[in-house]
Amino acid sequence: MNHDGAAMVEGVRKEDGLIALRGVTMRFRYQTVLKEIDLTIRRGQTVCIIGESGCGKTVMLKLMIGLLHPTKGRVEFDGADVASLSGPDLVKMRLRFGFLFQMAALFDSLSVFDNVAFGLREHRVCGEQEAHRIVLDRLKEVGLPAGVESKKPAELSGGQRKRVGLARALAINPEVMLYDEPTTGLDPIMSDVINELILQTQQTKKTTGVVVTHDMKTVTKVADRVVMLYPLSRLEPGESQVLYDGPPEGLEDSPDPRVGQFVRGEAGERLREMALQRHGSGR
Amino acid sequence: MAVVPLEASSKPTEAPSTPVTRLGEQVFDTVAEVGDVARFSILTIVWIFRKRPRWSVLVPIFYAIGVKSVSVVAITGTFIGMVLAVQAYHQFAMMGLATRLGSVINISIVRELGPVLAATMLAGRVGSSMSAELGTMRVTEQIDALSALGTNPIYYLVVPRFLACLLLIPLLTLMGDFMGVIGGAVISTQVLNVDSFAYWKHTRDFVDSLDIFAGVFKSYFFGAAIALISCHRGFNSKAGAEGVGRAATEAFVFSFIVILFLDFVLGLLWNSIYSAMYPQSEGLL
Repeated sequence: MNHDGAAMVEGVRKEDGLIALRGVTMRFRYQTVLKEIDLTIRRGQTVCIIGESGCGKTVMLKLMIGLLHPTKGRVEFDGADVASLSGPDLVKMRLRFGFLFQMAALFDSLSVFDNVAFGLREHRVCGEQEAHRIVLDRLKEVGLPAGVESKKPAELSGGQRKRVGLARALAINPEVMLYDEPTTGLDPIMSDVINELILQTQQTKKTTGVVVTHDMKTVTKVADRVVMLYPLSRLEPGESQVLYDGPPEGLEDSPDPRVGQFVRGEAGERLREMALQRHGSGR
Repeated sequence: MAVVPLEASSKPTEAPSTPVTRLGEQVFDTVAEVGDVARFSILTIVWIFRKRPRWSVLVPIFYAIGVKSVSVVAITGTFIGMVLAVQAYHQFAMMGLATRLGSVINISIVRELGPVLAATMLAGRVGSSMSAELGTMRVTEQIDALSALGTNPIYYLVVPRFLACLLLIPLLTLMGDFMGVIGGAVISTQVLNVDSFAYWKHTRDFVDSLDIFAGVFKSYFFGAAIALISCHRGFNSKAGAEGVGRAATEAFVFSFIVILFLDFVLGLLWNSIYSAMYPQSEGLL
């Protein structure tokens, strides 16, 4: 695997950066979620974004595909400012992305087949016969049995839904795959299946990947590079929100103790805070 | 590293809340909401002309909104006519005007009660369901998924529902009117023994096609309002079961208020048009 840290990424030529966040700040009314984030993702790289719940990981994914626009700063995709795109240019850009949502976000009213064929039909990417072939191929690739295509999403298990979501994202042959907590809510075996599928996608289709996850097994298996975000509300003034940016092997050796605590899943400090709070409110 | 207390992390940069700031926020929110509904409505109308929805999307929505509402509107219409007959009969009979029931019942149905009550029923049945469906799609990220797949959610979700309400609610109103007229006639002539010939003669004398048109004209506006308000509420649904439930309730309440407001405004407008067309009827309106 190609392990690139922040320093190496800084060193690459500008045209190698497929996605770039430049000084991005995202604020929802009174709550600032991301502050002054700078991040460049190279073509072909798989970046895992980790961090506690509420630190802005999913927001970052939605900024990359233009579902949200930054309050300050720029998000660039292939050199173009995502916020300035509209109409056919925005559609063209989005069709270069595949997005696997946290709960798969399958369209309830459509069958599995229609879900996977959605992008192909809506944008008339190919004829109906070709779409039929692509849908069945994609469902096979993600390991779903024949016959599943006629079912409704409500009839599927969590793991199957995720795989249908992945098949739908891959149907349009994206250059970039965005995964929002792909293994959340799945048993360890199914989590491993999803991790394996992410890895396969990356290797066979040569896609660029951005994976938002809490699951360190996913990080170990698929990441070329790891970016750890920290909730703004818990940072010291002047501290960067990005606590770590480097290869997955370096996580444990990070000089910042908060990185190691997150990787090992140690809640020690939080438990002490809770105890202090309880003590304070009891008086 | 210094310990940051947990409560500090919940709302890190929230401004201090005072009655004045809360009032300001409320005013700001209301203005923003109205602006957002206007923007949403304009975008919907723009998308109608930009790209025609596919039949495979339109047909199921037309079926759910139109065909499945037939029984509700028919039952409501029938009972309106029957209730009007029962309530008005004694007063008219006391004055020896029972044969005039036809004109009173039918003009009330086709001009006011038919369109308003049909729209109210549809706001409850169709509006709440659209809002809950779109609200669920919002909170389960299905609307984001549509955008991520390069499809405009207003084009795919709102335009078909808007067209269905705009085109089918007037038809449902006509059917509700018809059932109301039949219900009123059956009770008046078969149960209350009003002379059938006189009942229909007075109806013909006082109810003309313009009255029916007035009701149908209003129902186009009611249909558009129900669709836009319900879809907008659904699109802006807050997370969770409570958020979706609130969106559905708001869709009905706001639609109902707007229906009554539009009924008043369009009633005034229609009377002005009628007066301009038939100046001799000025004193009668």
